[in-house]
Amino acid sequence: MHIEHRAQERHVLAITVDNESGILAKIAGLFTARGYNIDSLTVADISENHTVSRITIVTHGPPAVIDQIHAQLERLVPVHKVSDLTELGPHVERELALVKVAGRGDMRVEALRLADVYRAKVVDSTTESFIFEITGAPEKIDAFVALMRELGLVEVGRTGIVGMMRGANGA
Amino acid sequence: MHDTRAHFLAPVPANKRRIAVTERSGADILMDCLVEQGVEVIFGYPGGAVLPIYDALFSDNRIRHILVRHEAGAAHAAEGYARSTGKPGVVLVTSGPGATNAVTGIADAFMDSIPMVVLTGQVATAMIGTDAFQEADTVGITRHCTKHNYLVKDPADLAATINEAFQIATTGRPGPVVIDIPKDVQVASAPVSQVAKSTRYSPHTIGADAAIAEAVAMIAAAKEPVLYTGGGVINSGPEASALLRELQELTGAPVTSTLMGLGAFPALNKAWLGMLGMHGTYEANMAMNRADLVVAIGSRFDDRVTGRIEDFAPNAKKIHIDIDRSSINKTVQVDLPILGDCAMVLRQMIDLWKASGAKPQNLGEWYARIDGWRARNSLAYPPSAEEIMPQLAVERLFELTKHHDPIITTEVGQHQMWAAQHFHFFSPNKWLTSGGLGTMGYGLPAAIGAQLGNPDALVIDIAGEASIQMNIQELGTASQYRLPVKVFILNNEYMGMVRQWQELTYESRYSNSYSDSLPDFVKLAEAYGWKGIRIEDLDDLDAGIQAMIDYDGPVIVDCRVAKLANCLPMFRSGAAHTEMMLYGDEAPEARTVSVEQKASV
Repeated sequence: MHIEHRAQERHVLAITVDNESGILAKIAGLFTARGYNIDSLTVADISENHTVSRITIVTHGPPAVIDQIHAQLERLVPVHKVSDLTELGPHVERELALVKVAGRGDMRVEALRLADVYRAKVVDSTTESFIFEITGAPEKIDAFVALMRELGLVEVGRTGIVGMMRGANGA
Repeated sequence: MHDTRAHFLAPVPANKRRIAVTERSGADILMDCLVEQGVEVIFGYPGGAVLPIYDALFSDNRIRHILVRHEAGAAHAAEGYARSTGKPGVVLVTSGPGATNAVTGIADAFMDSIPMVVLTGQVATAMIGTDAFQEADTVGITRHCTKHNYLVKDPADLAATINEAFQIATTGRPGPVVIDIPKDVQVASAPVSQVAKSTRYSPHTIGADAAIAEAVAMIAAAKEPVLYTGGGVINSGPEASALLRELQELTGAPVTSTLMGLGAFPALNKAWLGMLGMHGTYEANMAMNRADLVVAIGSRFDDRVTGRIEDFAPNAKKIHIDIDRSSINKTVQVDLPILGDCAMVLRQMIDLWKASGAKPQNLGEWYARIDGWRARNSLAYPPSAEEIMPQLAVERLFELTKHHDPIITTEVGQHQMWAAQHFHFFSPNKWLTSGGLGTMGYGLPAAIGAQLGNPDALVIDIAGEASIQMNIQELGTASQYRLPVKVFILNNEYMGMVRQWQELTYESRYSNSYSDSLPDFVKLAEAYGWKGIRIEDLDDLDAGIQAMIDYDGPVIVDCRVAKLANCLPMFRSGAAHTEMMLYGDEAPEARTVSVEQKASV
């Protein structure tokens, strides 16, 4: 007997939740308990009075599973709203990364030059290293990190995706 | 807030508990809130981390506390109470092992959508996370088997939390809610204030008008419709069952039900197909398979119902009425989802059916085909002149008790399926069984809970000799509270369903499924102050059952039945729902086991 693999779709979900203890564990646990995938997850308080957080989850799965994920998330009491940005239409996805590169001489010059091309900011430097801060679509960050690999990449930290619908309306 | 730590260390004298007129301790606030919620009975077991609550209970006669013998018993008893009364069951247990012992019952209530509020003690807030004595991460452990759970860190939050917990447990798709209360929060005081009703949880109950109209049109157009009802109809209250009957009369459609939905539609009605699924009737599964329209009402296309998904009701358009959006399109894709409460949606459909003057198709031909499947007599079983066939025992139990309108609970296994097949139910809230989780040991505590909620009812746990031992300690609970529950054990000396699967799938290698070293159930009954009756001969069956009914107190009946009887009809796990094994189809030699083989188990 073999395990069947089904066609997968990538979806970005924006979830507004009550900012209460355990909610992140509830959501992350829901994904593991039901065998769903999390590609990235970001969370931060977004309200003036610290009562509501926004979680962005990138997931993938067959369409029926994506629909189940949506329904299962909505079933959680502290979840106010689940918006499937991929389903809703044009949206922006942005991510921030910190990229540390160490090197001397030409390598260092080249790293700095490429950082400029990618509009990365230097947020820390020593005579033999830089930390670049880069924001953008995930593919852009992938590309930048790939270049830095050849120029003395030490470590990378990425936030995961934050997404939002284009246009005047909220999700 | 006062220094809760100091309160925790030194017992607070009763006269000092109220610091000011407007302040109450967490434990007292809890009591007041439970009374306000209409709670009459709590099932619980004391321990270190709930002593302040037990102290509050001691002097409070507004709530009756039922002391169980094991926390699993408390949770199942609360389920039985809830399922038989429609009111939420309330459980009170201590931290650590108290909470973890209750988890099976909580998970059971989650699977079967039983309204339940579980209060667990927790170590003092300052001790949380230090691996303190009897500390367990109750909120973490119960996160995925509760509808919602809370850790209350301030007595000022208690009232709002408790009110919301009851609202969540009892509305929408019901389920268990856990409130974890650290010991210092029970002791510390907070001002008493009126709390506003929580607004963040408001399930959608009314079906969309367009969907209702489409459903009515689809039913009116159907030539081979089936109403496929489930536990959601029971959960929606007795009104939903009445409305289901009304819709059936209007549309003429035949009705089948899941295990959890038995009783919503009266058995033995001409439109009644019996239960469907793995051990359902041939006519129910065949009708589902050949239907041109399946109307799922508060049922969830469970794998024990559908069998192999690709072959499930292949010709049918499917309407799915459910209050839980995540139940819709979870396993079976439907043509028309209707999100809403069963009673509400049924009322809307009936109103529109009448208003629009809808008329059903002539279903004569459909019923003729159904009669053909019925003629197969799928619940038949091999007769025996010497042994008591377990199916016969259930049939006689039904015949002799039916005029009492009994409440039946079960454990899990063959006896459960035989009860579902051969006992017949005519109204909701009379059939209490562990459907989703399939928890052995459910039946006795559930019967205790049902008896407490229905003091005058005849409550019978149809049990197996293996399952009953899983919560046998609850015999003491029934004794203590003088609850006249009856336990009717179909004793075949096997974990019968395991044995049956081993026979069918593993060439009768009966690995660890023989119930060796059984207790003498009659003596055990007597040891607990119960009456014990043993039925060994076919001739004594009726008299034994009658003696059980007539005895004014708890009774265990040890009914010795045929050891190797199989529960049929059956389709195998993963088979199509039409691939049914029926009595008469199988080779008899496959079902014999030599005495030596049994003795060597």
